[in-house]
Amino acid sequence: MNTINMRDEPLVYELSRAGRTGCSLPRSDVPEYAVPGELVREELDLPELDELTLVRHFTRLSQKNFSIDTEFYPLGSCTMKYNPKVNEVAASNPGWKNLHPLVGDENAQGALELMWRLQEGLREVGGFAAASLQPAAGAHGELSGVLMISAALRARGDEGRKKMLIPDSAHGTNPASCTMAGFVTQTIPSGPDGNIDMTALKAALDETVAGIMITNPNTLGLFETNIEEICRLVHEAGGYVYGDGANMNALAGVFKPGSSGIDVMHFNLHKTFSTPHGGGGPGAGMIAANTSLAPYLPGPIVVKDGDAYRLAMPPKSIGRVKAFYGNFGVLVRAYMYLLMMGADGLRGVAENAVLNANYLKSLVEDVYPVPYKRRCMHEFVAKGTVAEGVHTLDIAKRLIDYGFHPPTIYFPLIVQEALMIEPTETESKETLDLYADALRRIAAEAATQPELLHEAPHDAPVARLDEVMAARYPILCYRG
Amino acid sequence: MAIDKNARYLESHEYAKPSGEYMVFGISDHAQAELGDVVFVELPSVGKTVTKGAIFGTIESVKAASDLYAPISGTVVEVNEAVKNDPSLVNKDCYGTGWLVKVAPSNPSEFQSLLDPAAYGKTIGEE
Amino acid sequence: MSFIPNTGAERAEMLKAIGVSSVEELFSDIPAHLRIKGLDLPEGISEIEALDAVDSLAERNVQTKKMDWFLGAGAYYGYIPAVVPALAGRGEFLTAYTPYQPEVSQGTLQAIFEYQSMAAKLLGMSVVNASHYDGATALAEAVLMAWKARDNRPRILLPADLHPEYKQVIETYCTSFGIEFVQYEGAPEAASFDEKTAAIVIAYPGFSGEVYPIRKAADRAHEAGALCIVQADPVMCALMKSPGEQGADIVSAEGQSLGNPLNFGGPYLGIMGTTEALVRRMPGRIVGETKDKNGKRGFVLTLSTREQHIRREKAVSNICSNQGLSMLQTCIYLATLGKQGLKEVARQSYDKAHYAAELIDRIEGYRVRNSQFFREFLVETPKPASQIVKTLSRMGIMPGLALSRYYPERTNELLVCVTEMNTRAQIERLAAALKEASK
Repeated sequence: MNTINMRDEPLVYELSRAGRTGCSLPRSDVPEYAVPGELVREELDLPELDELTLVRHFTRLSQKNFSIDTEFYPLGSCTMKYNPKVNEVAASNPGWKNLHPLVGDENAQGALELMWRLQEGLREVGGFAAASLQPAAGAHGELSGVLMISAALRARGDEGRKKMLIPDSAHGTNPASCTMAGFVTQTIPSGPDGNIDMTALKAALDETVAGIMITNPNTLGLFETNIEEICRLVHEAGGYVYGDGANMNALAGVFKPGSSGIDVMHFNLHKTFSTPHGGGGPGAGMIAANTSLAPYLPGPIVVKDGDAYRLAMPPKSIGRVKAFYGNFGVLVRAYMYLLMMGADGLRGVAENAVLNANYLKSLVEDVYPVPYKRRCMHEFVAKGTVAEGVHTLDIAKRLIDYGFHPPTIYFPLIVQEALMIEPTETESKETLDLYADALRRIAAEAATQPELLHEAPHDAPVARLDEVMAARYPILCYRG
Repeated sequence: MAIDKNARYLESHEYAKPSGEYMVFGISDHAQAELGDVVFVELPSVGKTVTKGAIFGTIESVKAASDLYAPISGTVVEVNEAVKNDPSLVNKDCYGTGWLVKVAPSNPSEFQSLLDPAAYGKTIGEE
Repeated sequence: MSFIPNTGAERAEMLKAIGVSSVEELFSDIPAHLRIKGLDLPEGISEIEALDAVDSLAERNVQTKKMDWFLGAGAYYGYIPAVVPALAGRGEFLTAYTPYQPEVSQGTLQAIFEYQSMAAKLLGMSVVNASHYDGATALAEAVLMAWKARDNRPRILLPADLHPEYKQVIETYCTSFGIEFVQYEGAPEAASFDEKTAAIVIAYPGFSGEVYPIRKAADRAHEAGALCIVQADPVMCALMKSPGEQGADIVSAEGQSLGNPLNFGGPYLGIMGTTEALVRRMPGRIVGETKDKNGKRGFVLTLSTREQHIRREKAVSNICSNQGLSMLQTCIYLATLGKQGLKEVARQSYDKAHYAAELIDRIEGYRVRNSQFFREFLVETPKPASQIVKTLSRMGIMPGLALSRYYPERTNELLVCVTEMNTRAQIERLAAALKEASK
C-alpha cells in the first residue's frame, strides 16, 4: 500500500481568489515615477492565494511524488542514492546564498577555495590533469567536452575530422551533443559480450575520425574490458576519447578513467556525489581532462596563487558555457559529500554499489532473463519477458502498486524489453530482498492474472495517462 | 496489412499514387501500424519542390519520429490540411483521407522506378 | 560518515548468494593493473567536522545582507518569502527524479505545468518549457533555434548592449555553425534587417539597464522574414509590456530574481518561451495536460520527439535535465507573490531605482547615462569606478559593478542596481558616499 496522496489537487489558478496575497512588502518610502505610456502593462494574469492555501497546495503536490526519501527508486543509469540532509544545511548558509557572483575574487575567497578543493578532489578521483566546474549538467559537460575536442582538432589543422563514434548502447545525449558541436555520428555496435565490437571499431577508424564517446561501465552495467585498447586505437587513428562519467558510482576509488587513456570526461555530481535530483535538476556536470585537452577546458576555473584563489580562463579555453561559474549551490553539496566520504568512503561506495547490484541480480535472474552473462558493476539489465502478452511497461507499472519506483525501462535500446536496475550502495539488504520478492511475485502474476499488470498501477493518484492525446492536441499552459 | 494496388512504394514505406495529372504521397498501412498512433505530421508548404529520395517532412508518434522520403520529384500543389489537424487520419485511412501531400511530378517516369505493390509486399514479408 | 547500511555480516551473506568469495572478485572485469589501491585524498570525516569546514569557508565571503547592496548585472538580490524554500525543500520534491513515470510524479509534473503557465502569462507567450540551465544558455539555445527555424539564414543581429557573459556563451554554443553575428547599437528597430537575417536578439533591458520598446523591431524582423528573440527581465515584465504583447517569437530570461538565491552564480533558472507555431522546435522538457483512462486530469512530459532520448543526433538540442528545483522555487515564488505582489516588487524596484538615479545625477562629476530604465542604470563616475567600489565597500556599501571588469577601457562607468530590498535611507547613504568619494 502506498502512502502517496490520492486526492485530486486543483491548479494554483483554480485556487486563486481575487484580492488575496501570500506576501507583504514594506511600504515604499520613495516617490512614484511614471512608466512611459507605450510600455505600461495592462494585464497580469498571475494567481492570488493566501499563504496557508499555498502551503497546503504544494505540500499536497509533493505527496503525489515517489522520491528517494519515501520509496526505493532503482532507476538504472540515474544513481538514485540517498541525498544527505546535512548537504542541504551546508548549502543554505547565508555565506553562500547571499554571495553575489560579481563581488570580485578577493571578496569570495571562501567560495573559490571550496571550488578549488572540489576541482582538485575530483581530478584525483578521475585521474586527470585539470578540471572545470562550469558545466551545469551531464549533457552540458558532454557538449563542453566535444567542443574541446573540436577546438583541439582545429588548433592542429585537423578540422576535417568530423566523425564521432558512438556505441549503440550510449545515452541519447551523446549523439545530440555531437551534433551541437558540428560532428557527424557513426554508431558502433556492441559485441555478444556487451563490449564494443572491436572489429567494427577498427573498421571505423579512418582519417576522418575525431574521436569516440564511451560510457564505462556502459549502460548495460558492464565494464568495458578493452578500454585501454580502445583508447590506444583511437589515439593512433588521430582521435580523442570522451568518457561519459554517468556511471562513476561503480568506480570511484577502484579505477581512474584518466589512467586508461580517456582524454576528457564529465562527472555527474548529482549521481556519484549525492546531490539531489530535484525532480529533474539542477545537476552539475564538472568536466576533467588530461594534459592534451586541459588548455581547452571551459572557464573560468579556479587557480591557487600562494594562499589566494582566483578565477582564470584556461589558455585556449572554448569559452564560457554558462554565465558565472557553474551550479555553485550544487558544488557545495558535492564538496560536503567528498569531505565526509574521503578516500576510504568513496571506495566503500563503489564496493557496496557493485555488491548490491550483483546481489539483486542473483535474486531475480532466474525469472528475468539477463542477456549478458557477466558480473555486473553498479547496475544490471534484465528483460521483462516473463509471460506471453506482458510487457516491461506492465511490470514497471505493477511495481508501483508494491510501493516501489520502477527501474529504467526500454533502455539501453539494444536490449528488447529492457529493465535497467541500479540499487545504489545506500539501500539495505532488506530493501533489496523485498524488491526481488515483488519482482518475482509480479512475474507469477504475469502468468496467472496478466490483466492485473495491464491495468496497473491500481494504487496511484492517476491511472495510465493518455500520452497520444497529450502530444496530438497539446495543452501546455492553463487556459482558464 | 493493406497494400494499395494503385500506388507504388519506397522501401522506407512512403507511397506515390496517381491522381489525375498529380501524384499523392502518403505512408503505407504497414508503416502506420509500426509507428503507432500518429500525433504530428510536418509537411512542406504549397510551392516547395521535393526531390526523389530526399526528406520532405516528418511524422511522429509519442515515442518515435520518422523522416518522410519523397518517392518522386516535383512541386507540392496541395497539402492535406485535414491530416495536419487530425493526424489520426493516417492511422485510420492511410491510402484515403490520410494522404499527406499532392505533387506535380517533374519527371513522371520516376513512378515506374518505384516498387510495385507485389515487390513492396515482399519487402514487408507479405505476399 | 558513509550512508552505507550493509554490515560486515550482511556483506558476507550477499557475497555468498552471488557466489564469490570477496568484493574484489566483483571487480575482476577491470584489468588488474588498472585497479588502484586507494585515492590520494584524506580519509572521510564526520558530519560535524565537515559542516564546520564548509561553514568556515562560507564565512569568508562578502554577503549582500551585511551591506547596502547595489550590485546586480545579471544576478539580483531580492526577497525570497520563507514559504518558498520551506516548500521547495520538501524531500518528496528534492529527491525525486525526472518525472518519466507520470503516475508517481504528478507532484513534480503539476508543479512544472503551473510554472509553465505562470511564466508564459508573465512573458506573454503561448508556451514556456520546463527550463534551461540559466538565462545565458537559454538565450544561446534560442539563437540556435531561430537559426534552424529560418532555414539556416546565416545572420543573427545582436545588441551591443548585451550582458558580456551572455555574448560569450552564445559564441561558445554557436562555434560550429558559421553563424554571422552582426552587432547593432541603440534602438533595435534601427538594426539592418535583410534576407540573410535569421533573427534579431533584443535585450529588454540591455546590460546598461536601458529599455527599448520591442514592437517596431519585431514588425521589421517579421517583414524581413526573420524572427524576434527577446532576452527579458521577468520582474520588469510585471510592470512593463511583455515581450509577447510586443510581437516576440522566442523569449529567454534569467529567472534567478524570481525566488532563487544568489548562490555565487548558480543554480539559476533559464526561462524559455515561444509561440504555438514554433513549439515543436523548442528545446527542453515540456509538460502537457491530459487525462487518464478514467477521465481524470493528469500531467505528462510531452512532445518528447524533439528530445535527445528519442531523436538522438537529430534532436533539437542535447539538453536533458532542467533546473527542477530552481524552477520549483520560481513556481512557488510566483504563486506566493501573485498578481499584486509581483507588480509591487517591480514597482518598488522601478521607483527606488529612479529615485537613486535622480540623486546620483545631481552630484557633481556623476552623470546617469540612461534615458529609459527599469531597476539598473549606468553612471559616469569622476574617478575610476573600481576605485569607488573599493572605497564604498569599506563603508559597508556595494555601489554596483565597475564596468572595467568586462571592458577594461571603460574605467569610469558604474552599473548601479536598486531592488525592492533597498530603502530610501540606503539610497541616500549611497548618494552621500558617492559624493564623498569624488573628492
